[in-house]
Amino acid sequence: MHLILFFLFAGFCLAGAINLLWQTHPINSALALIVVMTSLAVLYLLLGAEFLAIAQIIVYAGAVMVLFTFVVMLLNAGREERTLGSRAAGPIGFPAVVVLLAVLATIILRAQGLASAHLGTGLTSDPNGSNLVVLSQVLFHELLLPFELTSVLILIAILGAVAIARREGSEGTAEK
Amino acid sequence: MSFMQHDVPLTWYLLLSAVLFSLGVVGFLIKRNVITVFMSIELMLNAVNLSFVAFAYQWHEVKGQIFVFFVMMVAAAEAAVGLAIIIAVFRVRATLAVDRINLMKL
Repeated sequence: MHLILFFLFAGFCLAGAINLLWQTHPINSALALIVVMTSLAVLYLLLGAEFLAIAQIIVYAGAVMVLFTFVVMLLNAGREERTLGSRAAGPIGFPAVVVLLAVLATIILRAQGLASAHLGTGLTSDPNGSNLVVLSQVLFHELLLPFELTSVLILIAILGAVAIARREGSEGTAEK
Repeated sequence: MSFMQHDVPLTWYLLLSAVLFSLGVVGFLIKRNVITVFMSIELMLNAVNLSFVAFAYQWHEVKGQIFVFFVMMVAAAEAAVGLAIIIAVFRVRATLAVDRINLMKL
């Protein structure tokens, strides 16, 4: 069951990522990225990270991608134009990416002692234990201060986004 | 029924993560639309998150998952600010092609 689910959603993931590169219209790329993120949420579930799976759907597939699609529609982005602006990307970039992937794959395949993922287990080996309980105990006791600081970070990001995206003309009218 | 109880090696999760990261790098290189370039960055962040979760599973270590949570929060903030910058640049340049956004000065 684990194997079937892994292959199904890993396939969705790869297909979505390749589709993201294939499409020329940004809105199609955004929809492909939603497929990738939702499939990754299922893979997180298989690895016993229930909280992250839900957070992935809410934060990434929900909030971030809504932001992306809104910006694509707001700016009325059309098809991307094929230009010759970056000639270095082809001859230098692609071999570099292939080398990067080969190095990463070699390191991963040579790693010793990697376990097999078994469905239904996660952070705790206790059958009655819950991954959520373990996670929340660390997140809300030991790492409470960093957790609260992220809320400040989000607030600053919202203020910064509003300040940057505000029209230049509205500043003058606000002062009058 | 042995097929139903088959386990998946964590190596495959890590390989999937590496392939997704490389696809993100390829997208960053070949896409000429600034919004799609930004989406490729998000794809790379997601690929790294997958390997974090796989290693958290391997070591039964909860802090790996918490790190992914913080990465998600920072990525959400980054998306908000980045898209605001894209809107500001579009307002001045009236283009989304990265080849034409070649000056930092607005």
